[in-house]
Amino acid sequence: MNQASFGIPVSLFASVTIDWHGFFFLLFAAIACISALMVVLSDNVVRMALHLVLSLGATAGLFFLAGAEFLGAMQLMIYVGGTLVLLVFGVMLTAQTQLVSLRTPAGDRVIASILAAALLAVLVQAAFSIESWQKPGQGMVSAPTATPLGMALVGVRVDQHAEEGLLEPKGGYLLPFEIVSVHLLVVLIGAAYLARAKRRRVPRPVDLVASVDSVEPTFSGNSDTTVSGGSE
Amino acid sequence: MAEFLIETIGLPAWLAWTCVAGLSAVLILNVIAGGALIFIWAERKIAARIQDRLGPTRTGGRFGWLQSLADGIKLLAKEDLMPEGADALLFRLAPYVSFCASFCAFIALPFAFDTVGQRLNVGVFFVVAILGLEVFGVILAGYASASKWSLFGAMREAAQVVSYEVPLGMCVVVPVMLAGSMDLVTIGEKQAGWAMNWFIFHDPFTFIIFWVYCTCALASVNRAPFDLAEAESELVAGFHTEYSGLRWSFFFMAEYGSMFLVSALAAILFLGGWNGPVPVSKLLGLSDGVAVTDPFALRIVGCMNLFLKATAGVLLMMWIRWTLPRLRIDQVMTTCLKYCTPIAAAMFLGVMLWQLFLPGGLVAGSFRAAAGVREGWLEQSYRKQSAEEESLSVKTLSRHVFEVSR
Repeated sequence: MNQASFGIPVSLFASVTIDWHGFFFLLFAAIACISALMVVLSDNVVRMALHLVLSLGATAGLFFLAGAEFLGAMQLMIYVGGTLVLLVFGVMLTAQTQLVSLRTPAGDRVIASILAAALLAVLVQAAFSIESWQKPGQGMVSAPTATPLGMALVGVRVDQHAEEGLLEPKGGYLLPFEIVSVHLLVVLIGAAYLARAKRRRVPRPVDLVASVDSVEPTFSGNSDTTVSGGSE
Repeated sequence: MAEFLIETIGLPAWLAWTCVAGLSAVLILNVIAGGALIFIWAERKIAARIQDRLGPTRTGGRFGWLQSLADGIKLLAKEDLMPEGADALLFRLAPYVSFCASFCAFIALPFAFDTVGQRLNVGVFFVVAILGLEVFGVILAGYASASKWSLFGAMREAAQVVSYEVPLGMCVVVPVMLAGSMDLVTIGEKQAGWAMNWFIFHDPFTFIIFWVYCTCALASVNRAPFDLAEAESELVAGFHTEYSGLRWSFFFMAEYGSMFLVSALAAILFLGGWNGPVPVSKLLGLSDGVAVTDPFALRIVGCMNLFLKATAGVLLMMWIRWTLPRLRIDQVMTTCLKYCTPIAAAMFLGVMLWQLFLPGGLVAGSFRAAAGVREGWLEQSYRKQSAEEESLSVKTLSRHVFEVSR
C-alpha cells in the first residue's frame, strides 16, 4: 500500500473510510422517500409534479446504483419523461386561479393514510421475509449487458442457451413483445382518431378559383394534441 | 486511473474513486463552460459576418476574443431580479434543473475510446432520455415567472420537445441497429478505419437519416429556426423573459451545452466519432487498428477529432440560425409529424432491409456487418446442440436471424 507515496501522508486517510455505494444508496433512497411524501403533502399541482419527478429520478438513480442501467434509462425515459406531460397539464390547469391550490378534505386524508399505512405494512413485511435480502449484498453485481435482454425480446434466451445448450427457444418474450407493440399501435391510432381536428372541410383550390369566398387558412393546427396523447 | 492512484500512490480505494469522480466532473464542467465561452464569441462573430457587420472587435485586443468573458463579468454584476408574483422556489430552481440535465448527459458521452465519464451499456438511450429532461427547466421557468410571455414560451417548447422525441428516437436507433450495441464506445469503434466506414456512408438510407437527425436535433435543442420558445419578435424573450444575471446565463450555458451534446452525438453515431477520416495511426504503424492498445496520445488525437466534428456541427447550427427565418408553431409540428417521422420510419425500414439483403455493403469487405456479429451470438448459443436436432436448428436459426435483423 505504501510503495512510492510521493510524500503524501497516506496513513492519515487510511483511518477514514467512506462507503460511496452505501452513501449514494442512502442519498437516493432519502430523496425518493421524502419527495414522495412531498407529492402527497403539497397542495400546488406543479410542485407535486416536480416532487414526483424528483422521486422517480432518485429511483432511477437507485437502479443505476444496482447496475441495472437499462432499467434506469427506461425509468428516466418513460416515467420521468411521462411526468413531463403531467407537468404540462398541471401548468395548464393552474393557469385558472381556482385550481392553484388543491386542498384535500380531512376525511379523505384519514382514509388515504389508513390505506397507505396498510400497504406499507404489507410491503415491509414482505421485504423483510425474504431470506437473501436480510444480509448486505456483495456490492455491485457485474451488470448483465442489454444484449441478452434484447435477444430475449425477439425470442432467443442467449443467457440460458449458452449455459444449458438448449435448442428450444422457450422462455423468450417474442409473443408478449408483439402483443404489447400491437396494443400500443392500436392505442396510438385510437388517440390520433379521438384527438383529430373536427373542422369544416377546407375547400379545394379548384373550388376556390370558382368562388370568391374568403379563404380559410389551411393549418393542421391540432396536431400537437395528437402527439401529446399518442406519446403516452 | 483509480487503479493507478490505488496501486502507485497508495491512496485508499474510496479516496481514489472520489478523486477520479471529482476530476471527471470538473473536466466535463469545463467542456460545457469553456465551450459556451467560445461558442458565444463564435456566434457573435458569425452572426455579424452573415449580417455584413464586424461583430466584437476590441475586447481583448484583436477579434474581440475576450468578449464572452466581458459578458460573463457583466452578468455577474447584474442585479438578480424576481417578479413579485413568482413562485420563488421554482423560479430559483429552474436554471439549475436545465443546466443539470445538460451536464448529466455528458456523463455517458465518450470523447475518445474509453475516455468517458461512465461507460454505460445503454449509452445512447441514456443520453437521449436525459436530453428530453432539459425541457423541465424551461417549463418550470415559464410557470414560475408568473408572466404570460414565459408561460407561452414554455408551452410551445413542451409541445415541440415531446413531438420531436419520436423522430429523434427513430434516427438514433439506426446506428444502434448497425453497430448491434447501444454502447456509444462500441458504436464509435465500429466506424474505425477509412471514412467510408462511417455510418453516414453505410448505405443511402443512413445518409438521408443523418439529415433527419440534424433537423430533429436542431428542434430538440430549441435553436432557430425552431426557437419558438424564445421567439423574441412575439414573446419578448419567451421562457427567460423574467430572468437576469447569472440565472439567465445558466440557461444559456445549458443551451450551448446541449448544442455541443447533440453535435457530438451526431459525430459518434454517424460521423465516425473519434476516428479520423484517414486511419493515420494504423498507416504509421502506431497501432494495429485495435484501439485497446492505444497509447495515451492517440486518445488525445481522438478527443481532438471529436471536438472538431462536434464544433463543426455547432457552427452549422449557427449558420442555419442566421440564415433561415423562424417557423410558425404549426409549421414546426408539420415538419415533425408529416416529414421527419415518416421519412425516419421509411429510412429505418430501408436500413433494415439493406442489413438483411446486403449486409456486406456494396463495397465488399469494407465493413464488417453488424448482422454478422449477431449471427456469431447465435452460433455460440447453438454450438452445443446435438446432431439429430440439426435440421430443426437450421430452421429456427434462420428464423431467428430474420427476426433479429428486423
